[in-house]
Amino acid sequence: MADTGVTRTETALVDGNQAAGWVAYRCSEVIAIYPITPASPMGELADEWAAAEKSNLWGDIPQIVEMQSEGGAAGAIHGALQAGTLATTFTASQGLLLMIPNLYKIAGELTPFVLHVAARTLATHALSIFGDHSDVMACRQTGMALLSASTVQEAQDFALISHAVTLKARVPFLHFFDGFRTSHELNGIIPLSDDDIRALIDESAISALRQRGLSPDRPQIRGTAQNPDVFFQAREACSPFYEQCPGQVQDAFDHLAERTGRRYRLFDYDGHPAAERVIVVMGSGAETARETARFLERERGERVGVLTVHLYRPFSIADFVTALPETTRAIAVLDRTKEPGAVGEPLFLDVVAALAEARAVGTPRFAVEPVVIGGRYGLSSKEFTPAMVKAVFDELTRPRPKRRFTVGIHDDVSHSSLALGEALDVEPAGTTRAVFFGLGSDGTVGANKNSLKIIAEETGQYGQGYFVYDSRKSGATTVSHLRFSPQPIHAPYLISQAGFVACHHFPLLDQMDVLGTAAPGAIVLLNAPGTADDVWASLPRSVQQQAIDSRVRLFAVDASRVARDAGLGRRINTVMQTCFFALSGVLPADDAVERIKGAIDKTYGRRSEEAVRRNHAAVDQSVANLIEIPVPAEASALFDRRPPIPAHAPDFVRRVTGAILAGHGDQLPVSAFPVDGTWPVGTSQYEKRGISAEVPGWNAELCIQCNKCAMVCPHAVIRVKTCTPESLAEAPVGLRSLDYRGEEFAGSRYVLAVSPEDCTGCTLCVAVCPAKDKANPRRKALEMRPTAEIGATASAAFSYVLALPEAPRPQVPLAVKQVQLFQPLFEFSGACAGCGETPYLKLLTQLFGDRAVIANATGCSSIYGGNLPTTPYTVTPEGRGPAWSNSLFEDNAEYGFGLRTAFDQLALQARRLVQALAGQLPEALVEGLLAATGRDEATIAAQRERVVALRQALAGIDGLAAQRLLEIADNLVTRSVWIVGGDGWAYDIGFGGLDHVLASGRNVNVLVLDTEVYSNTGGQQSKATPLGASAKFAIAGRASGKKDLGMMAMSYGNVFVAQVAFGARDQQTVRTLLEAESYDGPSLVIAYSHCIAHGYDLAHGLDQQKLAVDSGHWSLYRFDPRRLAVGERPLVMDSGPAKARLADFMANETRFRVVERDDPARFRALLKAAESESRLRLERLRFAAEFQETKDK
Amino acid sequence: MDMSTRYLGFDLPHPLMPGASPLVDSLDTVRRLEDAGAAAIVMHSLFEEQIKQDRLHALLATEGPANSYAEALSYFPGLDHFALGPEAYLEQIRRIKEAVRVPVIASLNGVSTEGWSDYARLIQEAGADALELNVYFVAAALDEYAATVEDRVITIARQVKQTVTIPVALKVSPFFSAFGGFVHRLEQTGVDGLVLFNRFYQPDIDIERLEAAPRLELSTSSELLLRLRWLAILSSQVKPSLACSGGVHTVADVVKAIMTGANAIQLVSVLLQDGPNALAELRIGLERWLIEHEYESLKQMQGSMNLSRCPNPAAFERGNYMAALQGWRRLNPL
Repeated sequence: MADTGVTRTETALVDGNQAAGWVAYRCSEVIAIYPITPASPMGELADEWAAAEKSNLWGDIPQIVEMQSEGGAAGAIHGALQAGTLATTFTASQGLLLMIPNLYKIAGELTPFVLHVAARTLATHALSIFGDHSDVMACRQTGMALLSASTVQEAQDFALISHAVTLKARVPFLHFFDGFRTSHELNGIIPLSDDDIRALIDESAISALRQRGLSPDRPQIRGTAQNPDVFFQAREACSPFYEQCPGQVQDAFDHLAERTGRRYRLFDYDGHPAAERVIVVMGSGAETARETARFLERERGERVGVLTVHLYRPFSIADFVTALPETTRAIAVLDRTKEPGAVGEPLFLDVVAALAEARAVGTPRFAVEPVVIGGRYGLSSKEFTPAMVKAVFDELTRPRPKRRFTVGIHDDVSHSSLALGEALDVEPAGTTRAVFFGLGSDGTVGANKNSLKIIAEETGQYGQGYFVYDSRKSGATTVSHLRFSPQPIHAPYLISQAGFVACHHFPLLDQMDVLGTAAPGAIVLLNAPGTADDVWASLPRSVQQQAIDSRVRLFAVDASRVARDAGLGRRINTVMQTCFFALSGVLPADDAVERIKGAIDKTYGRRSEEAVRRNHAAVDQSVANLIEIPVPAEASALFDRRPPIPAHAPDFVRRVTGAILAGHGDQLPVSAFPVDGTWPVGTSQYEKRGISAEVPGWNAELCIQCNKCAMVCPHAVIRVKTCTPESLAEAPVGLRSLDYRGEEFAGSRYVLAVSPEDCTGCTLCVAVCPAKDKANPRRKALEMRPTAEIGATASAAFSYVLALPEAPRPQVPLAVKQVQLFQPLFEFSGACAGCGETPYLKLLTQLFGDRAVIANATGCSSIYGGNLPTTPYTVTPEGRGPAWSNSLFEDNAEYGFGLRTAFDQLALQARRLVQALAGQLPEALVEGLLAATGRDEATIAAQRERVVALRQALAGIDGLAAQRLLEIADNLVTRSVWIVGGDGWAYDIGFGGLDHVLASGRNVNVLVLDTEVYSNTGGQQSKATPLGASAKFAIAGRASGKKDLGMMAMSYGNVFVAQVAFGARDQQTVRTLLEAESYDGPSLVIAYSHCIAHGYDLAHGLDQQKLAVDSGHWSLYRFDPRRLAVGERPLVMDSGPAKARLADFMANETRFRVVERDDPARFRALLKAAESESRLRLERLRFAAEFQETKDK
Repeated sequence: MDMSTRYLGFDLPHPLMPGASPLVDSLDTVRRLEDAGAAAIVMHSLFEEQIKQDRLHALLATEGPANSYAEALSYFPGLDHFALGPEAYLEQIRRIKEAVRVPVIASLNGVSTEGWSDYARLIQEAGADALELNVYFVAAALDEYAATVEDRVITIARQVKQTVTIPVALKVSPFFSAFGGFVHRLEQTGVDGLVLFNRFYQPDIDIERLEAAPRLELSTSSELLLRLRWLAILSSQVKPSLACSGGVHTVADVVKAIMTGANAIQLVSVLLQDGPNALAELRIGLERWLIEHEYESLKQMQGSMNLSRCPNPAAFERGNYMAALQGWRRLNPL
């Protein structure tokens, strides 16, 4: 954007999603939404604005409709457009791919429409939620216009340009900005007024749209089928619209400039007017490139420039070429996507073609035809810094620059990457930079967003906030990057040298390079207890050395204590925020305190006066507890930061995973990585995070060995084993043991161990523990104790117990108590503390893990199941364990079905080959191999032994058949195929596929982890959301009932269907999984999973599960088609009629309570409807349970 | 028969009304109570502490996981959207006011000074005809003394009286060492009525699970005796009108309470047990009793057995204790 010198008006601090979303909302009548990161906030905001009765430009509240998938949203939008309304939607990544069929249709029908995209990486070798242009580039052929915004300001302005031009041009627009970097960056923008928006929207074009709308009063037909004689010509008929479109966009830009002073062009050139080297780039990277070019010109006199592409489709060759300086000698085109196998990436190819075209039509523009090279940068939000921009400019100075390159990585395989020079600071003087390391749960990010607002409002400075989050959901870390400046901030990259660094959680100093971000002389603030000497002494040696070398001023506040004393628990944000203001001097101290208190009143005033009181108290105590720590001349600590991975970890884990954990993932070269996205399993065991201050301690003398604690532990932190007394001979001090209670292992010892470094402190184990001290019932067999007190002893005991032999599987009875003796093959995941899903998965792996193949739908379970750096699925001592993979969100049932089909085919082949080779194999072996059909532990163990024998026998047989059988012999052992996903997948986006797979009759097991909401994307309603619950997209409380997925599946008759809730009846859960797996056909197990999106302390998750069942909210049942065959009733109810009030269940959860408090009358009506719906559902089940097939006499 | 009475400044056709309980949570029950002839409706208590805790917990539950994870910066729609306050209660006042013609007496249990005053004002604004302050707390702290507790109640009463213009009654517990003197102080705050007495929910113990188990026991007529004593002592000596609450189950119970000086009778257990119609039966029974016993009006009977008019007033004081013990001995000779 060119600076036109127009006086600055009031700015608003918003992120890209808000900026674009608001304009879209004001310009639309129908908005179809579906959650997908990072575009979800646009839909959520639209829904909130509608709930708050905010109107569009014409005084109406837009219709907001949530669909079952992005494909559904696109279809709904297409319909709304054809009826002549102004419609919009928001999406990203895979969601955008699902819309593509409709984009062709909408464009082919020349329909005015704007699709706002927070551009995100497409899943290839791995999923990534972060930003690049691979999704929008997959749409460049659809006929949509593609308009790219580089900044938050542009995200707002270009949203309007898109809505304005599409009406006139009839070409639909895909308006995009970079996911996270722009969609989630808070920045000060100048908001558009309603008058600005109105001025650009052409009412006559809306009338024309209405006229074209389908109406029985003037019927038309659209969507005909055409034949070879006419299709081609008819397809060409739209061409003039695309020819006119760029001019119309420029007209709208000019109109906007007249009103606001912000001037844009289709291709904006910045830099030296006689530049020789030019970078062509699109999106947020353009800002970095522009600022760097200006710096190089200003400071080093380099003749460089940057051409920012705004309107990428339709691509105007004339505008592109004339935007380049005539002096251009070399061009580097940067693409934020990868197109393997192509001649080059898309923008590069367009630039090459455009220059060739210009040359061909004889437009002499350049003295010397420029050299054009193309490179990739910034995939999946990889940082794109001034040093990288400089590397590209430098490459253009070389006589033979790399024709294709990458920048920002070290490619030691294809040697595509450019070498980087030293870091460049291109930001204008006067920019304040601050970095905050915190935990998600301590409120750091919220406080920093708050500080940005305060500073922007109080000082009139521009502010920028960007927040880096963890991929783990428990003990998650956050890093906040804040900039303030009297000038607009154009720095879409992380801060590497900050004048203020805060560490809100002391152990992070050990885990992350906190002081590495401190500029020389920086102020460093720590949350730490003790005196100045204590704090200094507790710093690892290398951290001390950094403090000395960087000459930092070091401060500490015991924020944890101040917050605790003020009744704020772990929320230390207010304390740290107050200290930030006190130390940074951004505002006068007294002003800052007043403003913080004002912000507290504003944030909490309506919601909790108690929270206001407590936060005010924390503010008042903060500065009083702040101390300065003198930095001595030499480091004194005798310890240093721990290596992130223990030395005994496998080589790959140490080299690669260890580097990622240490925060050095960016430095790993291409050669370090698997070429196809295949990673080793069982890596979470090497990441000891130690995130809980309290962990369960075992009072063995009280223990009754029920093993319920091990059953409910979401992170597999509690292990129980039986062993011989002799095997405990070298047990560490602190490992206690008991005589095993139970006949199956009579005479052995029983041990229970807890891993303090993996525990998240959720307390579910203590809650479920039934064993109380009779003299002091407050004391149980498990009780929470300070980690500092028992951690070391418990860790040693845990390691010892892990090394003890596993129980002999065939001898273990299959009841809750005994199955906990099976090794969990899902451990230490990054799931939320107290997660209600993971206990099911853990149990699944205990029961069937050594033969399981898991197809996992995208969602919470794929994130804690497969997000780097470490993953939780692991192996037995024999090396067996679940093979896990994630295809997509929408196709998981089909994906699992494909796996099943393949295994069936391989097993058939193997059996045929065994038969074919029968003459050369021992007869008993052949008979045994072919006869083994059971799925029980003994049968499987015996068959495994036979396969070993088979392999030995095959080794001595020549021929292709023997060789082929060797390759697939493992398939003679049963494969247990599990299709796992959440309710968003099963009830909504994947339902069609799930339905088909269930109908197929194939032996697949489906586990639906039903949290009754889209949990992973932040609590949007699904069709599993119960009546009366508030969720995103159903703010006022869902008005329709939860879909009865189980009943639908039962209607097929040959599907095993069950509902379970481990917190209500754990034995039923165990039994159900066993029965489901043993059924030789499709099984569907719907598992009630408590979730943070329900809004209560998950320490009470088990009680709440019980209440869910007792109140009739959730029924436990098993429908087993096998019973039909033997003349029994197929449906067995495992829970009785409601014996508690549904209202009492609902009263415990915020998702229901907010509705009650907000609109009591509506809630009463919803409660009544929910009660009646629950009664009806129970009645239906009871009726079905009475059903028995009538046999013909 | 003229059974009219005056309570909190309202002229009521008779003294019977439902006491504060979950009964009035359902509008249908409220209507049935009015049909049964309830002279007024006393609403279930609004608990300030519960609201505060609710709001704080809702905030913690929603704010705790927010801003932690890139895909889900929150788990609930627009955190500012919901105000978890006393709205539901205020709405219920409005609905009951619309549904019935009799006076509606709201009930408030506060914990903080601001809570008592602010909520009292909101309740008045919502249309309540009167306010019953439910001063319910267990002084369990070993460093809290009787004077502090009494002072606190007096302060609350005074503040609420200064805040609202509708009549204010105070529902108190009998656990004050010098209850008479305490009532005397209360009277000076200007409160319009006293409700005798609050019944504490007593926790029970689950001997299998080794847990304390909150339990609600319905009252019996035996609990009436304590009320009768203090009605008799106070009714001739204090200005605020008096309601009897706790232990009224039969017509005889009603008669006793009126005779000792009650202006109003609040019924809960009997209504929970037998439904709203029990109120109608007691009302009809009272009328029949008055006729059979040839009373001219209820007023004639009101306070007839109080301390100033009872033929043996000492029975309400220490004498009653001695007499009762002796009577017991007579029935149980050693």
